[in-house]
Amino acid sequence: MKANSTTSVSVRGLALSYGAVQVLKALDLDIADGEFLVLLGPSGCGKSTLLNCIAGLLEPSHGQVFIKGKNVTWEEPKDRGIGMVFQSYALYPQMTVERNLSFGLRVSGLAKDEIEKRVKRVGDMLQLGDLLQRKPSALSGGQRQRVAIGRALVREVDVFLFDEPLSNLDAKLRAELRVEIKRLHQRLANTMIYVTHDQIEAMTLADRIAVMKGGTIQQLDAPQTIYNKPKNLYVAGFIGSPSMNFLKGKIEGAGAKAVFHLGGQKIPLKDYVPDAPLKAGAAVLGVRPEHIQLDMAATKANSDAYKAVVDLVEPMGSDSLVWLKIDDTLFSARVESNQHFDPGQKVDVRFRINLASVFDEATGDRL
Amino acid sequence: MSHTTAIGIVPTGPKPKKLISVERVIVYSVLLLCAVFFLFPLYIMVITSLKDIEAIRSGNIFIPTMTPTFSAWGKAWNSACTGLYCEGIKVGFWNSVRITFPSTIVSIAIASITGYSLANWPFKFSEAFFTVLLVSSFIPYVVMLYPLVLITRWLGIYSTLPAVVLVHTIFGLPILTLLFRNYFASLPQELFKAARVDGAGYWRIFFQVFVPMSAPIFTVAVILQITGIWNDFLFGVIYAGPTNYPMTVQLNNIVNSVQGGKEYNVDMAATILTGIVPLAIYFFSGKYFVRGIAAGAVKG
Ligand SMILES: Nc1ncnc2c1ncn2[C@@H]1O[C@H](COP(=O)(O)OP(=O)(O)OP(=O)(O)O)[C@@H](O)[C@H]1O
Ligand SMILES: [Mg+2]
Repeated sequence: MKANSTTSVSVRGLALSYGAVQVLKALDLDIADGEFLVLLGPSGCGKSTLLNCIAGLLEPSHGQVFIKGKNVTWEEPKDRGIGMVFQSYALYPQMTVERNLSFGLRVSGLAKDEIEKRVKRVGDMLQLGDLLQRKPSALSGGQRQRVAIGRALVREVDVFLFDEPLSNLDAKLRAELRVEIKRLHQRLANTMIYVTHDQIEAMTLADRIAVMKGGTIQQLDAPQTIYNKPKNLYVAGFIGSPSMNFLKGKIEGAGAKAVFHLGGQKIPLKDYVPDAPLKAGAAVLGVRPEHIQLDMAATKANSDAYKAVVDLVEPMGSDSLVWLKIDDTLFSARVESNQHFDPGQKVDVRFRINLASVFDEATGDRL
Repeated sequence: MSHTTAIGIVPTGPKPKKLISVERVIVYSVLLLCAVFFLFPLYIMVITSLKDIEAIRSGNIFIPTMTPTFSAWGKAWNSACTGLYCEGIKVGFWNSVRITFPSTIVSIAIASITGYSLANWPFKFSEAFFTVLLVSSFIPYVVMLYPLVLITRWLGIYSTLPAVVLVHTIFGLPILTLLFRNYFASLPQELFKAARVDGAGYWRIFFQVFVPMSAPIFTVAVILQITGIWNDFLFGVIYAGPTNYPMTVQLNNIVNSVQGGKEYNVDMAATILTGIVPLAIYFFSGKYFVRGIAAGAVKG
């Protein structure tokens, strides 16, 4: 099979196991030219393994890897046209920054003046100019990470692989470098595959996010789609902080007349745009805290509101998270911090059903 | 307000240490005892080697002479007699140098490369190979002495310098390979991956990335090998042949050869001369040795 010419990297049926442990399971992935793809998933789900397979640092048990339409499954890492940035920086400790940057170029036997030119350009781009003669041990974490990025950049390749490049840095530096990486991508327009388990990084950087779990890709979509229309309970629960509420109940009726039963209350689903036709049965209603509106318990009978009791309030600065109970179901709602609620108070709850997700309880798939 | 102690001193800066505490007393007494135990014989040797034979016969063994002389040292070095000839311990010294240097260099070169292969380039049977290596480092040498005699004889090098160098190299390999493998395995794997992405191959990664950051473990290996080989007696006496006897064997021959009266001062001087090389190495590199051992144990 030949990969499409506008795809930059494509992975076909890739599997990898260590003995009996299957780390990657028949994975397919196509990444367009110039795309910023983020691999997102919990620790141990195989993100680094996938990246290492693409880089040629691990041999897959099955499957193929194409880069720029060429089958590189058996190629050496250096011949694949990739640059890689590692989580632990992995700078050569005994070489100066300049020699770290130029190592790969010297290996490939590039002319001296060309090496100098490239190192200078990358040094300027990443503001490493003053640091070129220092050893890595004399750099701060952020500077080291910039050198590591620079070492990938000087190779002037089509595909960059990042394995959690920012996870060793503190929150502020991470935010700064995140912006730098985004800017870099806009400027270079290279294909980038970026591993992280930080969902903010994923949301802000990605053109598309691949959410992984246990060696498979659960959903591959644009960040907004993943956020708004998660394909299954796993993705829904993984993306978003504070995380989505899952209200267990059952659907009665079908199609536009479907109603979700939660405790003793009925929530009509006529505003919900289903992927699969709704039918009666056990289901889970997924609502993000920001898609729940609260009102002080009104005296007038509100037809479209539901009664809940405030359980706990978590102030978070710009807004507050209010934990509520309908019968025994606990869920949270995000409100502006100037709205004040007390535990035990009765409130009216309105779910924005058009923004919610309904999942089949048995399969976990979105309906 | 700052707190004050019972006697009204405000605690600030480093806490004052008690001058004498039980732990200190115990630690220092043990150290002192050990030092005396090991230094006392050395003391006797040094003062005896500085006496002339008259002073030894008439004087007390514990009391240094008032008229020290280095003549015994000169004799030990230049003209002390083994059973056969009287050219002093210097012959043995140079033999030991000729044995130690090639053995050390060759064994470390092979072991470091093998260790690097085992740690970073796993092949089909690398785990099995490693296990064999591990087990073989526990086999008593004695078991292999005679087979090695036969092998070296078959190779036509028995009783020559190459034979003893070969034997030292072989016996050094298991433990050294272990040492290097563990050290290289403790280096960050991502460094190795980064070098591969940069296009470096087997040798370039070894020489340009790993060796420069392995000074501690090379130091340990060099010290282990030099002192071990220098102190060796058994292999020297078996495989080297009389013309290549190392210093330890020659020392034994000098001390045990009976020609006229026993010259204790010469024997003592020759013994000190023999021991001085490992002693000096420990003395000057002890710091690096400890550092290297520690670097191998925890993450480099
Ligand atoms: N050499 C190995 N032998 C056996 N299992 C391994 C080996 N290397 C990795 N694994 C397993 O493969 C799985 C995937 O590992 P991988 O490093 O790809 O996870 P990851 O998604 O990158 O996690 P993290 O976010 O923590 O970096 C893990 O469950 C891990 O235990
Ligand atoms: Mg990882």
